[in-house]
Formats: sequence, structure tokens, C-alpha cells
Amino acid sequence: MKFIITTLLIALLSFVCGLYLPWWGFALAAFLVSALIPQRPGISFLAGFLGLFLLWTLLSWAMDAPNNSILSKKIAVLLPLGGSTVLLILITALVGALVGGGAALTGSYIHRRRSA
Amino acid sequence: MRIIPFLLSLLLTTALIFFLDNQWGKLPPLGKFLSPQHGFWQNAEDVDKSFTGDLALPGLKDRASVYFDQYLVPHVYANSESDACYIQGYLHAKFRLWQMEFQTFAAAGRLSEVLGSGENDNILKYDRSMRRLGMVEAAKKAVEEMEKDSTTKKDCDAYTAGVNDYISNMKAGELPLEYKLLNYRPEPWSNLKIALFVKYMAFDLASRDNDFEMTNAKSIFSKEDLAKLYPAVIDSADPIIPKGTHFLPPLKLPRPPATADSLYFNNKDTVTAMEMKPEKSNGSNNWAVSGKKTLSGSPILCNDPHLSTNLPAIWYQMQIRTPNYNVYGVSFPGAPYIVIGFNDSCAWGVTNAGRDVRDYYRIKFKDDKRREYWFDSAWRTVESRVDTIRIKGMPDFYDTVVSTVFGPVMYDPTFNGFANTAPTGSYAVHWQADIPSNELATFGRLQGAANYDDYKNALAHFKCPGQNFVFAAKNGQVAIWQQGEFPGKWKGQGLYVMPGEDSSYMWKDTIPADRNPNMIDPDRGFVSSANQVPVDTSYPYFLGSDFPPYRGLLINRMLNQMSSITPADMMKLQTENYDVFAEMAKPLLLRNIQESQLDETGKGYLNQFKLWKLRNDPDEQGPVIFKCWWDHLQKEIYDDEFAKYTLPLMRPFESALLEALLKDSTYPFIDNINTAEKETLQQVVTAAFLKSVPDLVAVGQHNKATWSKFKDTWARHLLRLPALSRTHLNIGGGTHCINAAKQFHGPSWRMIVQLTNKTEAYGVYPGGQSGNPGSPYYDTFIDSWASGKYYPLWVMDMSEIRDKRIKWTLHLKPGNQ
Repeated sequence: MKFIITTLLIALLSFVCGLYLPWWGFALAAFLVSALIPQRPGISFLAGFLGLFLLWTLLSWAMDAPNNSILSKKIAVLLPLGGSTVLLILITALVGALVGGGAALTGSYIHRRRSA
Repeated sequence: MRIIPFLLSLLLTTALIFFLDNQWGKLPPLGKFLSPQHGFWQNAEDVDKSFTGDLALPGLKDRASVYFDQYLVPHVYANSESDACYIQGYLHAKFRLWQMEFQTFAAAGRLSEVLGSGENDNILKYDRSMRRLGMVEAAKKAVEEMEKDSTTKKDCDAYTAGVNDYISNMKAGELPLEYKLLNYRPEPWSNLKIALFVKYMAFDLASRDNDFEMTNAKSIFSKEDLAKLYPAVIDSADPIIPKGTHFLPPLKLPRPPATADSLYFNNKDTVTAMEMKPEKSNGSNNWAVSGKKTLSGSPILCNDPHLSTNLPAIWYQMQIRTPNYNVYGVSFPGAPYIVIGFNDSCAWGVTNAGRDVRDYYRIKFKDDKRREYWFDSAWRTVESRVDTIRIKGMPDFYDTVVSTVFGPVMYDPTFNGFANTAPTGSYAVHWQADIPSNELATFGRLQGAANYDDYKNALAHFKCPGQNFVFAAKNGQVAIWQQGEFPGKWKGQGLYVMPGEDSSYMWKDTIPADRNPNMIDPDRGFVSSANQVPVDTSYPYFLGSDFPPYRGLLINRMLNQMSSITPADMMKLQTENYDVFAEMAKPLLLRNIQESQLDETGKGYLNQFKLWKLRNDPDEQGPVIFKCWWDHLQKEIYDDEFAKYTLPLMRPFESALLEALLKDSTYPFIDNINTAEKETLQQVVTAAFLKSVPDLVAVGQHNKATWSKFKDTWARHLLRLPALSRTHLNIGGGTHCINAAKQFHGPSWRMIVQLTNKTEAYGVYPGGQSGNPGSPYYDTFIDSWASGKYYPLWVMDMSEIRDKRIKWTLHLKPGNQ
């Protein structure tokens, strides 16, 4: 339950940061949430990773669908990803997720070592 | 707290962010670029996006409305001309910001700043060339000239304010995609950028010359050979002003200097520098037929300017209505006004004059410091400046540019243009676009022109690039003027690099504007131009010699035959794929081919060629066979003479070779100078055909045997990225056809205007109104353009405000957003 809440909280705060801060602003959100909600480092990483993965998948899909994939197909040729929108959304989500996970992991080390 | 893992993780995460925030190689900064809230996803425009809205804009003086039709063409209603220009600037920026700024970067020699120095430093070389040519200085002079004219100044100020008000209120997500790809941001707009764009047009249309190549040819070939390779006149050409027209003698006949033979025509110096040249085929067609040749009894005007088929498209279509005019047509994103279009009284269009207005002078410097040069029997000091060229990802490049009485030194021991060979000397350039002028005033005044006199007065402002302005009015008049400020040259002046040691080779008098070629209401019932030579040899001034003859020939032939013309007939003519060059060449080839030497495959191709009806339609195979055959024939004839030289040289024009062979089957270059035997025309024609057979077989294997696949026309993104381009368009035509669609170049706007009481107009261009590759309006018109279809150009009236064609309305009012 705590994991799910952390994950969703990271996603939500990251979205808010995206409105006001540079693209990497969500790293602060992931860091803070995981600093405030103590969990094992591995779990924290996963929460940051999943939170951003979900958020960026959702957001890019929400832009792509009303666009009928006009742009994503072009960008997926340019990058190059064989013109696949799905792959482009995955790569997008992965980039966000890696930074989100890293930031959350960093935040988790703020806590004292838990007894085993 | 666990310090070590914390620091390690912090370091890794920060490094990852740093990596994703910066550009590595050609990839955009991935984090910034992929972020759904900041990056490219924001440019994925909702296909049902509404452009309706209410906006308060600080630079507006009064309320105004913009009605967008279903193609996103804006119909602007403004209460003053300056509000109209402000809105035009705002709309250009809203839909085409990246393109308009990028073009001014190209004009100012600043591409390295956003693209890097390029492969082989080619982008840096391009920038150095533009700066040395003096593009920025010319633009600054133009701004001064523009601002002397109170109307142009007011309109340009308003346009610039419109662009800047868009930029300063642009939301992060609205930043055009290309800025995100290249990782930079727009600068504020200025009147200087407008002038830079105008000068870029001058560069594109009036800076092409072959002076270095011709200078080298002069040093290699005998006088007789030179005349055979590069004839001054193409006999088959049908000039803009019909042959036999009487011209007034010049007030002052230009005469060559006394030393012309010894120091100029017989000079054998060579040049290794290689110029940067605009596209050779920048040309166009235009014509206007009078009412006596049309079904309606009213004139019809047609124009299709041939430019690079870029995406975002070169043109932006709009209607602009103010209390003083109601104009429809296409505008250049980057400058105010409608450039080609029509109003309630008349219509106008342009083609390129192609006159030679850029020449080179050989400069003798005192020493390697190049601070003093010999001129009129004395050492003169140069003017000197240091240009700082910023290069993305590299240290700045400093270029010392010196200037002489002739103009700036383009090439010298520190810069040999695009050549990789050692420089031979120093060459100053003299270019007509450097004179102060205000070409925009012409378009500003044409918008409100009511009759021929207004048109004529508007033209007076236009100096460079020289254009053929075609005109037709509802009162029945049709006219054409080759307009520009042209130097009165003596025969051969500026064909080659000229001596720069005194003033005797400088341009002297300007041709008086009223002596420029022109025609008003001719008996034949039409005026036309297609970049052909404007006049016959009785015209008293030297014009240069790079004028393609074939499109003009066919246009005049067809217009002479046509009667009771309708706009539909004009559509057919404008998209005509008939090839006059092939019409003249085909019998020659068939007369000389030795069929007995062909195998079954060869005979098959030859039969196909025989059956070809000379039309370059998309599915034809004949044009492919013809092209391969003719290319090999040129090589068979000229390779032995040309290929042994490393100097920059120019092969003779196709028209020159064809006419030479038609006139003389013993044309001396037919003989291969590397063999003992003396080859005949039959032999080289047959050899060329035999060599093209394997090419044709290969082309067939790659499924490119039909003309459109072989030619492969694109609407190509300005950054030349295939992903953002429309590739492999199914369109016929080509270089010598009226439908001049080549690979990356062609009819950039086709317009037909019938000046009946209620104007009936049609148009199409290879692009779309939006410059955003993520918009459904990015390439709206391309398929119609390729298949030769047109859209009715709707001059919206206020009474039609509820018309179904209006999809969105932007209400504008003065104030802060």
C-alpha cells in the first residue's frame, strides 16, 4: 500500500513540477517523496521508476492519440526507432523513469539504516 | 543517513540528468526533447484543434478579425494597413516562426551557430561566403532605405511588433519543433531580419554566375571552340519581347575599354576558387492573356514561381482586407505584404529575369598582408573588418574581410570558397543587390494598385533581383515589364573575371528604367515569360547568357494556338508535361542510332523510346530512357575535352549541345581526342545508347523505371531530414517542361486569376499553412499539387461571415494579454 501511495504521489508531484520547472524538475519531486516516506532503497527506486514511467507513458499517449500519431511517427523515424510510436512512447517513459528512479533512490538514503 | 550510497546515487542521477539535458552528436538533448510537458510531444497538435479565440494584443490599434477557412488560410479584416501588417507578422510567427528565423540566419551567414560547421566545414564555408558577399551590410543599407519611406517603415515596424508580440507570449509548448531538435531559442525579430530575408531572395535569384568556370574555359579553349561550346545566343529561343521588336537606341552606348582584347578577352589566367551558387533552376512561368482570347472576355493571369520545394513551404497564403485594399495571394513568412496575388482590380505575378548582375575583379595586392591594392596607378588602402562566426560546439571563427572600390574580396589566399585546391589569387565581387533599395515598397503598393499606372509606379521601387512582372486588370489591360536596376554592359562585360587594376572595367551607366524590356496589350493577345532571353540581339545592352529557352517556347506556342480560354485550360497548360527539348532531340537521336549494334534488350528500350509521345507524365518510361541516353551522349562528346582538367569548368548547356548537333553533324567535339580514329555522330549516339542500357536495366531492377520514380520529387524539410519531408511524390514534368517539377525544386505556387467582374481564382502550393510537422495542416496541399489539382481561392466577403467554409475565428483587440 505504502509503495503504491509513494508511486502515485511521485507521479502526481512530478506532473505539477512539470508545469513550473524545467524538464528535470520532477527529480526533485521523486527525491522529496522518497525522503519523506521511508522505504528500502530498492523499493524507493522502483517507486520513482514506476511513477515516472506511468506518468510519461500517460502524458505522451494523451498527446499522441488526438494527434493520430502524425508527429510521433515522424520522430520515430528521426531518432531512429523504425517509425514505431509504441517504441517511442516506451523510450520516452524509460528516460523519465530512469531519472525518477535515480532521484528516488537518492532520496531514500537520507534515512538511517534500518535494522535488518 | 547513508553517506556513501547517497553521494553515489546523487552523482549518478545528476550525471544522468546532465547527459539528458545536453546535445551529443546529432541527437537532440533527450530528456528535454522527450519530456511530454516540455519536448516534442507538445508539438503533436490535436487534429481537431480549434483556432478560435479572443486575444488582446499590445501592438494593435483597433479591433480586427481573422477568419480561418477549412485549409487554415486566414482571411484578415483590419481597420488600418499597419494593423494588417501587425496581424500578418503575428500569423507568420504563429505558424512559421522557425522557418522565418532560420532563413534570416541563412541570409546572414549564421548557420554554423545552430548547425555546427558541417561536413568538410561546408556550413562554415557557406557562412563565410554569405558574410564576405556582404549580405548583412546590404541588408543594413536596405533597412535605411526602407525606413526613409514612411509607409514601408510603418508597415515593417508593425510587422516586426506582431512577430515579437507572438514570441514574447509564446507558451513553452508552442516553441516550434526544430528549435527543440537543434536546442536553441528564437531571438527577437527586427526590421533588419525583414531586410535580410529580402536580400536572401536577391541572393537566390540574382547571384548565379559562371564567371570562374568561364574564365577557365577561356584560358583552355580557343576562341572558336569557346563560341561553339558557349554560344551567346540560342537560336530556338522565343524572347519575352518578340523577335523583331524595335528598341530605341541607348542614350549612351556602352563601349569596351581599349585594353579589352589584350587584358580581358585574351587573358589566360585561371581561377581555382569555387563559388557558392544558388539553385540553377530558380525560374518561373507567368503569362497573362487578354479578354479577346478568353471565353469570358476578361483577362486571365497565371504564375508559377519555381523555387525549392521546401517544407515548411516557402509561401503562406492569405487574404488581407483593409479600408484601402482587399488582396489575396501568397506572402513570404519573414516579410510583410502579399508578393504574388490579386486585388479587386488587378492581378500580378513574377518570374526571374536571370540577368547577370554579379561580377568579379582580379585584385593585385601589394603584399601578403593584403592591406593595399593597386588601383588607377596608385596603392589604395582596403577597408577591413573582422567577422566573428559562432560555431555550435566549437570556438568562434574569425574572418578578416577586406573591401575594395569594386566591393568586398570574396576569395583570397585565406578562403577559396568550396574548393579544396590552393587559391590562385584574390577576387573582389561587385553585386547589384548591394545598392540601397526598397523592394518591399513595390509589393506594398501593388496590394492597392487599381490600374496600369499604379502597377508601373509600384515597380519603380524594385531594383534587385530583376523580375518579369506580369500584370492584368479588370479594365482589360495586360502588360509585362522586366523590372530591375540593370547595369548597361558592353558585349562580354562580366562574362569572365575582369582586370581590377583600374576603373575602366567597372560598370558605368545604369540602363534607364524606361528602356527595360516591356510590352502592353500586344496584338497577339498575351504576354508571357519563362526565364528565357528577354529580347533579341537588337537590344543594345549585353544581358549575360544563361537563359533556358524551352518552357518559354512551349508557352508561347500554346498560347498562340489557344482561344476561348477558360481557367480550366490554364490549369492544363500550367501542369503541362510536354517536353519541347525532347521534341527537338528525339529525331536527332533516332536519325543517328545504329540499330544493328543493339542486342534484344537494347532494341526493346529503343522501341519504347520510339513510341514515347514526348510527355513526361509520371508513369512514362520514355523520359527515363531519354535522360539516360542524353546524359551519356554529353559525356561521350565532352568528357575527353573536360575531364582532364581539375579546374572548375562548366559543361555546355543542353540547349547549346542540341543546337550545335542539329546545325552541324560534324561538331568538332564529337571526335574523341584520345583515339586515333575520328568518331562520327552516329558512333557517339550509338555508344551513348549502349552505355545507357545497363543503367536502364538497373533502374528497372530497383523499380524506378517510370519517370516519377526515377526523378523522385520531394517536398523537403529545410534541414533536409527525410522524416520531416514528403518523399517520392507522384508527379511528372521536369526541367524543360512547363510543369517544372524536379527532385527538390519546382512550381512553388501555381496561381490562375480570371479577372471577371467577380474574380475567379485558383491556386495550390506544395505544402500546408502550418509549419509544424506535427500539424495535420503541415502538408495539406501536397498531394493535390502533385496530381495537378487546384483549390478555388476564396475572396471572402463580410456578408459570408457565416459561410460553412469558415471554421475558426480569431477576434483581436488592442490591449495586454
